[in-house]
Amino acid sequence: MPMENLEQLTQRLTAAIPGARLTLLPNPSPAQQPSLLVDCEHAVAVARFLRDDPACRFDYASNVTGVDWLDKTVKEKTRVTRMVDGVERIFEETREHIEPGHLEVVYHLYSMELRHGPLVLRQRTANRGPGARVASLTPVWRSCEFQEREVYDLFGVIFDGHPDLRRILMWDGFEGHPMRRDYVEPDDYEYEPTPHDQVLEKARRHYPPAASQEQEGKS
Amino acid sequence: MPMDEKLRDELRKQGIFVTSLAELYNWGRKNSIWPLQFGLACCAIEMIAASMARFDIARFGAEVFRPSPRQADLMIVAGTVTKKMAPQVVRLYNQMPEPKYVIAMGACAISGGPFKQGYNVLKGIDRYIPVDVHIPGCPPRPEALLHALITLQEKIAAQSLRGTAQAPALNPDVPSEYPVPRHGPNDLEPPCNPEVWRPPLIQRDA
Repeated sequence: MPMENLEQLTQRLTAAIPGARLTLLPNPSPAQQPSLLVDCEHAVAVARFLRDDPACRFDYASNVTGVDWLDKTVKEKTRVTRMVDGVERIFEETREHIEPGHLEVVYHLYSMELRHGPLVLRQRTANRGPGARVASLTPVWRSCEFQEREVYDLFGVIFDGHPDLRRILMWDGFEGHPMRRDYVEPDDYEYEPTPHDQVLEKARRHYPPAASQEQEGKS
Repeated sequence: MPMDEKLRDELRKQGIFVTSLAELYNWGRKNSIWPLQFGLACCAIEMIAASMARFDIARFGAEVFRPSPRQADLMIVAGTVTKKMAPQVVRLYNQMPEPKYVIAMGACAISGGPFKQGYNVLKGIDRYIPVDVHIPGCPPRPEALLHALITLQEKIAAQSLRGTAQAPALNPDVPSEYPVPRHGPNDLEPPCNPEVWRPPLIQRDA
């Protein structure tokens, strides 16, 4: 049975859950898989609806992952008419503003009962700092528990309502969230005989070219 | 005093078996190396293949994979050792009774391999525990593991009860336990055990 149209689903959701802010995010890539952006306040209610509604029955959250969107500088060109020496002239002005970054949590939902899916559900945090919070969907799908912990561990998203939010891959006391795009890993480079790409840059920093050539001669 | 080889062979033909205590001791040790049953990553799959019928590690007396470190003689570090896992690996080594041996199997276990420059992978288990045999490969084939086992057996056979080639297990000065590293904010503390491993000296121009 094919899944209902995402626009129809959005309409039904907004009717069923008053106040829910849902946005349909189109995907122009070849995958053509649009996703549903839901606000954090109503995420749990939306998730419950998606799980329990007889036409949806998304009973299986197969995947939870995170996306890091850094601050983006947007340049806008505007045309301004100004009076110069009594003559109207058109000027082009470029304005820059910084679009604040955010973190995104993506859920892939399937229905085992009705054999349809995936439905891509997204939540966004307010910012990348202390406001990096979204609602946990673990109360709705138990399978989210470990994966939300993983997103918390690697991206630093705090899931409100998660029963046991701890690091899962890194140890307690580890500093930073390694999958964030601005994560700076500790500089513990060690000699490698065949460095390439990023490692080669590190190697050049640690072993200046003259020295490394001499080493190649020796080895 | 070592016995004359020809005389010993001659005696064997006559049905008289002559051996030395050291030889008997080594023969017993090298033909019943029981590995600890644990795997860390994909190399473990090759280790399992080596234990199954096609490659049959039982031919070398090492088929009894023990689920407890208290009953194991050999630790096959098969796979990537993450920084989170490293203290547990060292602890398992400490819990094994002497004599004990370590085989570091695969690129990750010997040096960190493809993940060497990563933030979460230990750059070789030989930083914390003494390794007897290193096997390169990603992953090594089961034949390579069998070769490592044979190499280890030869190493054991060359050891003696006393003298310079004394088995380390018989020497009370050789430690049988090594300090378990702790987790720091980014790395293990200490990053290596200088008693076991020293960083290779790389000459740099001033």
